Amino acid sequence: MTQDSDTLASGVGEYADTGAAPKTSNTSDDPWEGARNLIDGWQGGINIAHEALDRHVAQGHGDQIAIRWLGKDGSKQDLSYSDLSELASRFAHVLTAHGLSKGDSVFALMGRVPELYATALGTLKAGLIFTPLFSAFGPEPIRTRMEIGDAKVLVTTASIYKRKIAKWRSEIPTLQLVLIVGEGAPDDCVALGPSMAAANPTFETVKTAPEDPALIHFTSGTTGKPKGAVHVHNAVIYHAFSGSYALRLTPGTIYWCTADPGWVTGTTYGIISPLVNRVTMIVDEAEFDLDRWYSIIEKERVEVWYSAPTAIRMMMRAGNEAAANYDFSSLDFLASVGEPLNPEAVIWSQEVFGQPFHDNWWQTETGGIMIANRPGAEVRPGSMGKPLPGIEAAIVSETEDGFAELGDGEIGELALRPGWPSMMRAYLNEAARYQKCFKDGWYLSGDLAMRDTEGYFWFVGRADDLIKTSGHLIGPFEVESVLIEHEAVAEAGVIGVPDETAGERVKAYVTLNPGFDPDDALEQSIRGHARKKLGPAVAPRQIVFRNTLPKTRSGKIMRRLLKARELGLPEGDISTLETDET
Amino acid sequence: MTEKDYGAIFLEELIRVAPDIEAADVSPEDHIQDDLELDSMDVLNLVTALHERLGIDIPEKDYPEISTPARAAAYLERAV
Repeated sequence: MTQDSDTLASGVGEYADTGAAPKTSNTSDDPWEGARNLIDGWQGGINIAHEALDRHVAQGHGDQIAIRWLGKDGSKQDLSYSDLSELASRFAHVLTAHGLSKGDSVFALMGRVPELYATALGTLKAGLIFTPLFSAFGPEPIRTRMEIGDAKVLVTTASIYKRKIAKWRSEIPTLQLVLIVGEGAPDDCVALGPSMAAANPTFETVKTAPEDPALIHFTSGTTGKPKGAVHVHNAVIYHAFSGSYALRLTPGTIYWCTADPGWVTGTTYGIISPLVNRVTMIVDEAEFDLDRWYSIIEKERVEVWYSAPTAIRMMMRAGNEAAANYDFSSLDFLASVGEPLNPEAVIWSQEVFGQPFHDNWWQTETGGIMIANRPGAEVRPGSMGKPLPGIEAAIVSETEDGFAELGDGEIGELALRPGWPSMMRAYLNEAARYQKCFKDGWYLSGDLAMRDTEGYFWFVGRADDLIKTSGHLIGPFEVESVLIEHEAVAEAGVIGVPDETAGERVKAYVTLNPGFDPDDALEQSIRGHARKKLGPAVAPRQIVFRNTLPKTRSGKIMRRLLKARELGLPEGDISTLETDET
Repeated sequence: MTEKDYGAIFLEELIRVAPDIEAADVSPEDHIQDDLELDSMDVLNLVTALHERLGIDIPEKDYPEISTPARAAAYLERAV
């Protein structure tokens, strides 16, 4: 292993006293022993790529379609399990030919194109660590994440490279290789197309131990930089189990996960879990488009559909008439994740699709679905459902004697007993922040929730200042940091305000430096600056000007107070307030 | 108003929603999502802005009609 992966391994080793890793395998008290039978294992260890592709090929399913890819331009491409296994092998060879090895970090930054799937699986096959980034991120979030993750390789497109990377590429010291999708590449980059074509189509999957890092998914923090949640190859046990149990994925199922692999849902349930369960995945390159989506379900005979509240609410806005001319009879199971799905949307989906959307809950950290309205069980509209078998969830609150479980109907923090296979093993190089997630044998989710008398869990809100917009978690600090880089901005406070489609939208309160006047042109200039740096998904949709912001004695902006006022809620404890908002 | 006027209004509202875009860099055939990188929330905000400015409702099924400035200008002229 290289020095960097040693560093990573030492960061990962700190989970010992948190209970994040499962108990040693092959012991009779291992609750995951049954789930372990869903996978093969590889050379005494576990490798996700083997479970997702090669074992299916070896078992005679190589001709089954793994991915039906639908291009923006109306083109269609089928990739069988053999095809995808071959592409992954070629990609693995491209990595090793450039001297990269086990434990090195590969970042992917592109839309939903076939190369993305080859990159993910080839990286895992070669024993390297796969980190997806959302292609609509602006240069700032991309750079921060590549620095934290010690990126060795970046796979992207020529257009993204030119617009977002080229300027600062030389300032990332770890970065050795930039692969560009297609036949050509700018200077200092390597074209992926010709490299893949020249590579050997077979590759002996690298032997990886169950606890070897496989994936890093970034998630936002309230303060400080984003955190890289580390997941290991062992997670595939839970990916297999939860896909089957919570989403009803079975061999041959026609399955469409609309999430982008730049986020954890799009990797766990948009690449790994479905392939491990040997489904046929629909991958649509295009963004949400109502008629396109309805046509895909009808034409491709989609059976299981996993989407998100923002998209579902957009469909709802279009009304029943827009759906009237489509045949949705193929649909068998519908699920939703990202933020709570409102009861109206659950009921509406039953009317229009003949099936209700089943809401479920999990996080980047948990690596897989924890609580769900499961297939076959009664759907409670507005609830996140019940914990999956093997998952112990509770509502807890801090008392003098540590964290205590609360009773039914009480609101507290949603907590889980660590130990399931896909739990994160570390925040990359952030041992203290990682340890903070665990208290008295619980993993604390940061979400406020309550459990009803029948065991269904209900989301109430975030316990911290993180913003949930269109299913994405956004850290206010990352947004504020970019806002104050604008020459006119002195201070910024960023909160989420309710939005009927996106759940929440990002709103910024700013004060100005002397010499600047608050007007429309300045509002647009600041918002434009933020969008350039952060991308549209993260940048504020609205900026308002203030003379001063509410601050504590230590000078910390009280986002909580901005939000309470925005929502017309009680202001709570304001004893630390020093300067008020004007 | 002419199609050209509607094109100008569309461009104005587009930039108000996405002020990272420079008017001079937009060509009539640019796709607002694929080329100009608006996300779906931006598109909704643009539809709302056009509604407020011109008083027209653009149903979801017509969103492809405003996917480029050129298509949008023609569509708005027909629709208003």
